[in-house]
Amino acid sequence: MQCSEARRLIGARIDGELDAAGEAALAAHLADCAECARHLVEQQEWHAAIKRNAARYTAPDALRQRLAAAVADAERPPSTPSRSRAGEWRQWAIAASVLLAVVLSSSLTAYVTRPNADDRLVQELVSDHVRSLMADHLTDVASSDQHTVKPWFHGRLDLAPPVDDLAAEGFPLVGGRLDYVEQRPVAALVYRHAEHPINVFVLPNRGGPAAASQSLSQRGFNLLHWTRGDLAFWAVSDLNLAELRDFQRLFDRNMAAAG
Amino acid sequence: MRRFEAIAVPHMDAAFNLARWLTRNEHDAEDVVQEAYLRAFKFIDGYRGGDARAWILTIVRRSCFTWLARNRPFELIAIADDDAEERFAATPDTETPDPETELLRRLDESTLNELIEALPPLFREIVILREIEELSYKEIAEILEVPIGTVMSRLARARQRLQESWRRHPVARIG
Ligand SMILES: [Zn+2]
Repeated sequence: MQCSEARRLIGARIDGELDAAGEAALAAHLADCAECARHLVEQQEWHAAIKRNAARYTAPDALRQRLAAAVADAERPPSTPSRSRAGEWRQWAIAASVLLAVVLSSSLTAYVTRPNADDRLVQELVSDHVRSLMADHLTDVASSDQHTVKPWFHGRLDLAPPVDDLAAEGFPLVGGRLDYVEQRPVAALVYRHAEHPINVFVLPNRGGPAAASQSLSQRGFNLLHWTRGDLAFWAVSDLNLAELRDFQRLFDRNMAAAG
Repeated sequence: MRRFEAIAVPHMDAAFNLARWLTRNEHDAEDVVQEAYLRAFKFIDGYRGGDARAWILTIVRRSCFTWLARNRPFELIAIADDDAEERFAATPDTETPDPETELLRRLDESTLNELIEALPPLFREIVILREIEELSYKEIAEILEVPIGTVMSRLARARQRLQESWRRHPVARIG
């Protein structure tokens, strides 16, 4: 037996993975080879030293608790408001990152209820939505004050998104953010309802006259699309469709009232 | 839920230990484990019996490498798995005058942990899985998604790298 083969067997022996034939062959080599015999002793000592001294980190209790809560949340249908950790978006963000992986890897195979919808745009909007939750980057300007959020977009965008706080109706404004859709900067307005963040993407309306709102759902997210004047809107949320429609009606009504 | 708890929860320490060693950071390890567990929860139907620990660690390990690719891409150096035997022969056993075992007695706990942390992730993880988690070659092969022969040669090289790094360490050299 070559020393190189003996060294391989020594590793397996240390790890308790050497069969009887290997054991016998190794013993025969060690009887003749002092170098390999010494190597075996060294390796045994290293093995023991690592076992004795290397850290074994244990999962913190906080992690176990967060995980239990997150799993409980993941089990709940998306329309049910979370009761366990009101105000805690972090677990949501992590659940979203799971979804992001699914969304990004599924390319165009996703289930879309409206076959004539622009699949790629929808993919992008959902990814933007998820990314905003995931990267702790929901807002560039965090404010429930429409008079802070609206001016923030001046000079950053060609369009002026309508910004109204809808807290009185159950949809408080969280803030605004610049995002990118089809390689163009767009406004993202962030609202929430109970635990559910809502991103409203505001784009220039290239689709012509006002159309009735369209809805689609993808990978657990609901999307609503509508237009008013020269603006097009996409709302994306894990909120159930009925509530998202309520939100859309309020949002659109306020915008119409503002002229 | 109950099935998931039975399968995944008992191995949370193993999962966290692997993530903690790969991210080298408590906070990031928590995030990675949480993400991996939620992913495992989502794909629990894909678990068809067998080694539950290997199954969950496979998912955790993938999450760790995704995290590394995003946050520490410079650590992800490629390693070749086929030149192990060549290196066995090429390594002199007597780089220092001290016998190896004498040298090893001077290796304290914190230095050992630093040396393991300094290994490239592909070497670090295999040392953790074998020496600390005490997994079999078969389990490690499943988690790393490589053949058992690769586990053996990579483990040998990881150990060799670790031992060399101790021989070159200032504390070892000064004696
Ligand atoms: Zn020999």
